[in-house]
Amino acid sequence: MSYVKSLKCKECGTEYPIEPRTVCDVDFAPVEVCFDYDAMRGTVTRESIEAGPRSLWRYKDLLPIESEPRAGLRSGMTPFLRADRLAAELGVRELFIKDDSANYPTFSYKDRVVSVALTKAVEFGFDTVGCASTGNLAHSVSAHAAAAGLQAFVMIPHDLEEGKIVGSLVFGPRMVRIKGTYDDVNRLCSQIADKYHWAIVNVNLRPFYTEGAKTHGFEIVEQNGWRIPDHTVVPVAGGTILPKVYKAYREMIDLGLVEDTGPKIHAAQAEGCNPVVTAIEEGQELFRPQKPATIAKSIAIGNPADGFYVIDAVSTSGGGGASARDPEIIDAVKLLAATEGIFTEPAGGTTLACTIKLIESGQIPRDESICVCITGNGLKTVEVMSEHGAFAPFPAIEAKIKAFDELVKQIDEEVVPTPERAAG
Amino acid sequence: MANTVTVMIPTALRQHVDGQDTLEVGGDSVGEVLGTLTQRYPDLGQRLFKAADELNRFVNIYVNDEDIRFLDNLNTSLNAGDELSIVPAIAGGR
Repeated sequence: MSYVKSLKCKECGTEYPIEPRTVCDVDFAPVEVCFDYDAMRGTVTRESIEAGPRSLWRYKDLLPIESEPRAGLRSGMTPFLRADRLAAELGVRELFIKDDSANYPTFSYKDRVVSVALTKAVEFGFDTVGCASTGNLAHSVSAHAAAAGLQAFVMIPHDLEEGKIVGSLVFGPRMVRIKGTYDDVNRLCSQIADKYHWAIVNVNLRPFYTEGAKTHGFEIVEQNGWRIPDHTVVPVAGGTILPKVYKAYREMIDLGLVEDTGPKIHAAQAEGCNPVVTAIEEGQELFRPQKPATIAKSIAIGNPADGFYVIDAVSTSGGGGASARDPEIIDAVKLLAATEGIFTEPAGGTTLACTIKLIESGQIPRDESICVCITGNGLKTVEVMSEHGAFAPFPAIEAKIKAFDELVKQIDEEVVPTPERAAG
Repeated sequence: MANTVTVMIPTALRQHVDGQDTLEVGGDSVGEVLGTLTQRYPDLGQRLFKAADELNRFVNIYVNDEDIRFLDNLNTSLNAGDELSIVPAIAGGR
């Protein structure tokens, strides 16, 4: 049974039927899926969720589909771990990692939003799906489209890194390289969606697509023993995931699944692209767009159209924001790897580096529970670590035990990442 | 004599300007040009402006492909032959 009611403009409240839609016709503001929570109460319970499949679709009742999932049947339910070694390093009592670097099949949180978007595309009768992307989204759309038997057109800026091109191409999409920036690609995609009647997942299916991000939040709560962490730190790019993690928490509270403990949500951005965090720190409702300049390319969006909703969620929850410099991002990637055995991409390094700053400034008290949201995998951006990781060079040795003995003698103090270094 | 610039109208707003996709408008600043347009086409003005001198935050204005928020907002000055684009904000992800 579907609990979906309508689409509703987030600004003026105009309602629309369930249909592919990019923005409100009246004021061009984003539209959001509305659910019938009254009908859910008592039926959508901890037990009903726990009885669901071991994937993000256990939260199907809170996702905007009419019938059965058509994509991402094994996506979600990524590891949620209590990071005791990292907590000890940072001097905090309780710290958790929600690890979407392990998501299936493309190792980023994007598998969540794409699973919902492609199911919806099939429900609407589309046979071609697409996206504008510079990385994780293209990869995810290509993989899920292949598995669902849908044609995919992936529009990318012409100078995307080879690893991401090949990673997507192998699934057989039609990849179109655009002479321009990501913003040019995005603008073109809205024209394409209009003219060709394709499902461009982050354009004309966006209201459905974004709902998939709630599952990152639902899983945190369920895997934490049906408790919301006191503090959740989320990276901000286009502004999709943070507001939806907060919406997930609020829906669970509203349905009586968990207690309202006043959870705070915090925004993490790179210093080289931090329009939203700047607005939060200045107490502004509107952000000023920026021209990005950071190694954290997957979160380098200077004009996030959902940025207003990030600011709104953070301030409503009583949270804050922080920005990390590129060297701090790299050090945080290494710190997470060295303490918890997780290799995340720069976006994840950004989130951890910002968490450290929020702890040190006192915005996150050391005795309150913290969840750091890791959204992508470091193996997909390995060249960033090659270029900036500052790994000490190590020449090859002879295959002789004496040579090895020499080497062991020479191994002095290794460059161990420390919290001080990661906080800058 | 004020400069004449070309204003590009997006599909979603053409119904408010008798279906035209470009208009030639005189004005020395973005605010002046949009003001003239609003006088001529009040329905367009309603969609562009939230209040007097306050643009709808979901409409982006570009002068020669540069977002006016990187220039001088409504005070951005214009030269003859400039291209002013009205683009509804596109929520995009990566």
